[in-house]
Amino acid sequence: MSASTSESAPPLAPPMGLIAEMTHRCPLRCPYCSNPVALDRAGDELDTDTWLRVLDEAAALGVLQMHFTGGEPLARRDLPLLVRRAADAQLYTNIITSGVTLDERMMARLIEAGIDHIQLSFQDVEAANADRIGGLAGAHGRKLAAAQRIREAGLPLTANFVIHRQNIARVPAMLELAEALGASRSEIAHVQYYGWGLRNRDALLPSRAELDATTATVEAARARLKGRMVIDYVVPDYYAARPKACMSGWAQRFIHISPTGRALPCHAAESLPGFTFVSVRDVPLADIWRADPAFLRFRGTAWMPEPCQSCDRREIDWGGCRCQAFALTGDAARTDPACALSPDHAVMAAAVAARGEAPPDFVYRQFSAADPVG
Amino acid sequence: MSGALDEAGVPRFCRGIKFRHDAVRGAWVVLGPERAFLPDAPAVEVLRLIDGARSLGGIIDDLAARFDAPRAVIAEDVGVMLRDLSDKGAVTL
Ligand code: SF4
Ligand code: SF4
Repeated sequence: MSASTSESAPPLAPPMGLIAEMTHRCPLRCPYCSNPVALDRAGDELDTDTWLRVLDEAAALGVLQMHFTGGEPLARRDLPLLVRRAADAQLYTNIITSGVTLDERMMARLIEAGIDHIQLSFQDVEAANADRIGGLAGAHGRKLAAAQRIREAGLPLTANFVIHRQNIARVPAMLELAEALGASRSEIAHVQYYGWGLRNRDALLPSRAELDATTATVEAARARLKGRMVIDYVVPDYYAARPKACMSGWAQRFIHISPTGRALPCHAAESLPGFTFVSVRDVPLADIWRADPAFLRFRGTAWMPEPCQSCDRREIDWGGCRCQAFALTGDAARTDPACALSPDHAVMAAAVAARGEAPPDFVYRQFSAADPVG
Repeated sequence: MSGALDEAGVPRFCRGIKFRHDAVRGAWVVLGPERAFLPDAPAVEVLRLIDGARSLGGIIDDLAARFDAPRAVIAEDVGVMLRDLSDKGAVTL
């Protein structure tokens, strides 16, 4: 692998956020899960002491926000302890959870530990369909109870809805639910098509008309709820003319740590061939951020091919997503095909054309096929 | 800009929003869920006066006493800034 370092690099800013993927264990099995297709085992997970050290290193490096995610981060018994250490270091602490195991006792321990915010994911507003999508009976009801618990504890709540062709018709009802739950923020996030999402693309990708209707719904709700609820909206790349600034640029603002401790510039980076990702067990976080070859590989603009190299958006979208470029073109160093200027852009339209009238069955998220599910 | 803000109102940070000094950057930061930004120097002056007790009018008075600008100009600037932060879900007015 060649590490491209730019000669006139500006001084490196500290990372803003650390995304701690605590575990890949999860009671749900969403077919669009952002975890990699090859999931890490519980026995290989980073131990508590290493996490505590990493949190201290993160604070010293200038990380401002800690996102505890998974899998289901509540599956880690030491989560309250880690939240407390992060809060003591003045980091903003956020938990991204499915909520199904967020009981009274855990809620109290997290509050006591100094948690700042919880993001709760929903699969739909119709319980039966929500439970079908998440692959767990009774999950939706438990999420509603968790939302109530979060609000009763006085914490701000973000209600996250991942949307796709099998629930997109209910986005208006999702926004109503978020409002009724007292969420200060909601996320209407179209599935991103990497890993499991890519595997299930035909079952998930909405039509152009569905996308446009949803965009109009979100815009109207934003105007109506201004000052009361912030709505973040994430669109699918398949109908876009320009790519998203994936991770705000490779290794520009975030460090992602996998359950086993590998430091990644983005959650899907392990899907890329030719990389060796070092572990936070072995290398200090500051060294990884500054000089790890995997972090340097696509940082900045020096690595870019045309049309990005001479494009005036190259420091706006950073050439899009490396993992999407690899997944759809076989080369991580090409322009993201979501960009209409990319020579590969036609693959997006081809995928839309291939999605079919009726969605095929889901391939649910699971540990590798040889093992029993769950 | 729509009508002037009520100067008797007391601006507060929203639940879940933190405003603190970051020693690593040597800068003030506003932190919230999925949000983090470094306010510019004038915004920092305003945000440092938000304590959940001081009214908007009180904040403007304080700034007018310390900075050499007509009160009406300061009131206008502070109003625009706080409205923007309110739209972003960082403060309530
Ligand atoms: S997307 Fe679904 S399966 Fe994946 S971690 Fe979240 S709740 Fe669990
Ligand atoms: S050519 Fe590259 S930099 Fe320009 S808009 Fe497309 S992806 Fe972004």
